[in-house]
Amino acid sequence: MSGEITLTIDGVEVRGQAGQTILQAAALSGIYVPHLCAKRGLSPWGSCRVCTVLVNGRPQAACIQPIAEGMVIENDTETLRDMRRALVEMLFVEGNHFCPFCEKSGNCELQAMGYRLGMLAPQYPYFFPLRDVDASHPDLFLDRNRCILCARCVRASQELDGKNVYGFVGRGAHKHVVANASAGLGATNAAVADMASEACPVGSLMKKRIGYAIPIGQRAYDSRPIGSEIEDRAKPAQAGGAR
Amino acid sequence: MVMEQVCDGQSKMKDNMAETQESVIREICGRFGNDRTRLMDILLEAHRRLGSVSGEAVDVIALAVSAPRVEVESTLSFYAFFSPKPRGRFVIRLCNDIIDQMHGSDRVGRAFREELGIDFGHTTSDGFFTLERTPCIGMCDQSPAALINDKIVTSLSSDRARELVAELRASGSVDHLKLTLGNGNNSHPLVRSVVRNNLRERGPVVFASLVRGSALRKALAESATEVIKNIKVSRLRGRGGAGFPTGMKWEFARAATGANKVVVCNADEGEPGTFKDRVILTEAADLVFEGMTIAGYAVGAATGIVYLRGEYAYLLAFLESLLKERREAGLLGRNILGKQGFDFDIRIQLGAGAYICGEETALLSSCEGKRGDPKNRPPFPAQSGYMGRPTVINNVETFCCVARILENGPGWFSSIGTSDSTGTKVYSVSGDCDRPGVYEVPFGVRVSDLLTMVGARDTAAVQVGGASGQMIGPKDFGRTLRFDDLATGGAVMIFNQQRDVLAVAGAFMDFFCEESCGYCTPCRVGNRLLRERLGQVASGKGSPEDLDYLQRLGETVKATSRCGLGQTSAQPVLTTLRSFRSEYERRLRKSEPGLLPSFDGAAAVAVAESLAQRRSVYFGK
Repeated sequence: MSGEITLTIDGVEVRGQAGQTILQAAALSGIYVPHLCAKRGLSPWGSCRVCTVLVNGRPQAACIQPIAEGMVIENDTETLRDMRRALVEMLFVEGNHFCPFCEKSGNCELQAMGYRLGMLAPQYPYFFPLRDVDASHPDLFLDRNRCILCARCVRASQELDGKNVYGFVGRGAHKHVVANASAGLGATNAAVADMASEACPVGSLMKKRIGYAIPIGQRAYDSRPIGSEIEDRAKPAQAGGAR
Repeated sequence: MVMEQVCDGQSKMKDNMAETQESVIREICGRFGNDRTRLMDILLEAHRRLGSVSGEAVDVIALAVSAPRVEVESTLSFYAFFSPKPRGRFVIRLCNDIIDQMHGSDRVGRAFREELGIDFGHTTSDGFFTLERTPCIGMCDQSPAALINDKIVTSLSSDRARELVAELRASGSVDHLKLTLGNGNNSHPLVRSVVRNNLRERGPVVFASLVRGSALRKALAESATEVIKNIKVSRLRGRGGAGFPTGMKWEFARAATGANKVVVCNADEGEPGTFKDRVILTEAADLVFEGMTIAGYAVGAATGIVYLRGEYAYLLAFLESLLKERREAGLLGRNILGKQGFDFDIRIQLGAGAYICGEETALLSSCEGKRGDPKNRPPFPAQSGYMGRPTVINNVETFCCVARILENGPGWFSSIGTSDSTGTKVYSVSGDCDRPGVYEVPFGVRVSDLLTMVGARDTAAVQVGGASGQMIGPKDFGRTLRFDDLATGGAVMIFNQQRDVLAVAGAFMDFFCEESCGYCTPCRVGNRLLRERLGQVASGKGSPEDLDYLQRLGETVKATSRCGLGQTSAQPVLTTLRSFRSEYERRLRKSEPGLLPSFDGAAAVAVAESLAQRRSVYFGK
């Protein structure tokens, strides 16, 4: 499993290495495929489906699908943008997301994705679910109202921290994240220094007592859309006029 | 013996009981080698003995099998038949499938509720009864039906429901119910069930007789690659519905480099309206096991697993006895039929109430003791399946075909059916017809001919392939049942002109909302959104724009979902929009200027009106 692979994304020729996913190969070439549950350094998960692309005409999650020679991939098309916006809207109406006073505002990947994909207000009705907060830990809290079930905390705890602090229980609409102790997060070996404590893309797994620390204007997505850092990689090549 | 201790425990002191519970759980875990991959079996047995698995029991299990607590809790919370809360000695699960509803399950449900004095989801205060609803239990042809613990009761009426409750109260045991046993092996001493086969049409493949071992003997006379070649030449395609070529699947598994390959039989028949595997397992299980053994030989596997849906637990002892007979006859075990080095055995893994486990990778997750989440693909099961080992998964009926192909030859098999769909197909027919039941007929039968065969009149709609299939109207009745036209795993549900197709679609959407595993966004959220808007349109509160909304939403769920469940769950909406658009259109309301038809202004201001103690100027008319 080695060697260079050539494929096209939206008509642009992209080179990657065998074993890379579409998402990885695209990112290394400066092409942003919107995604939420995928995070560098964590194993692929494939739950949010925001990274759905067409591979030779068939929908696939770019974070899961390995690249193959000659693949023809569609990424930034109107249909896919619409579907991605629909998925992000689903995540918004499913939970209770209160951006204007959320500590994560401006640094939230879900919110930033909504902006990037041109979501004004969700076209879907809100579910307004009743969800509870686990504030039993001295330094962390788990607010399920804002959880998008991306499993980044679950994976980071297992894969990076060598712990097993988080997991999912329940099925379908009842699925939710819990801590590995009946008494809640405070009864686990979770620590504020864990990689898992940094993994949450939204305002669900948060550190206590540091909310709103970054002034508006300096937050991650205040001035540029999410994904800009990936797209920057393509710019020098474009300026040079050749790949 | 320990079970008696537990039953006695009810009268003992409470702390005594906790101790007993702990020792029972430890004993069960030990019996399954304290193996976390056998968590399904551990939890099933714990429920059988204790009725539920409490939070404390979860801690005991987690410790015994060396798994994080959250992993045990995750599995426990996933399956409908598991419960963290104490339940009644008798758990009555009334099937709420659409066909059961058409045949009066609501009346039966009312009788149960009145007789027990509780609503669905509750347990009587004496701890005797728990009443629940459950999706299709595979008895549509003898509905309304219910499960009482592992026992099936069929053809229910409200009177029969009351009788059952009285009998259970009087006797205190499901084994003492007065039941008229069904036909065929349903009256076998190890089955003793009221279930009827309703086998209306026996074809030459699945329901022909078999001399035990004859197909396997022929297979073993050939090389493994020749066996696979036979399957390829027969052009056999998977009977679960997707129609993947079986020979190709086997070839991938045979070529896979991993050791300890596995053959899995998918007997998690959960598609609403499907019950053919139930009849196959009742009357032709030997053929299934024979096909699995042949598959083991062909791909080089020593392990076979039958994943049997929890609803069919009443067949477990009978199937185990057949496996024992086959072992004794040298058809399973070491050096099968004297073939040196060919070892193969089969175990049965029971499910616990989760439709998603019919999806092959979710089934594997469940076999591994986990929640029934589908796995990411690639890798495909043929490369890395059960416990990371190369795995072949086929449907119950597919294994029957395999055995028959080896017995009678691929040419014989491919001469039956059509060129794209060789052999026969077993259909589960239910709904508005005179002769619901199981029919084995060659592929390529026209829908109209099948309708005549089963005695259906004034048919307005046919749901081909169950909830995830498609709803067709009379203009499509000339089409044929085969992979390249109307593909189906076997369910054919018939609806006459008195039925409301949107209500049927709504029932299917309820089912998918209930059965989504919740892993991916479109299936977990999108199906609920489809259900909500479909209901709005069906109840006359939809506007013309809602049809476009449903179409786009349905397409998004279909295109972006992670597994077959979500990729087909929008079908009830999308196929009725296509075939029965007038049913939608006639219920639409034109919006008043500036207002959605679904907006009920009077209701929206009702609370404000009562607080202000005056009527709204705009809506209070």
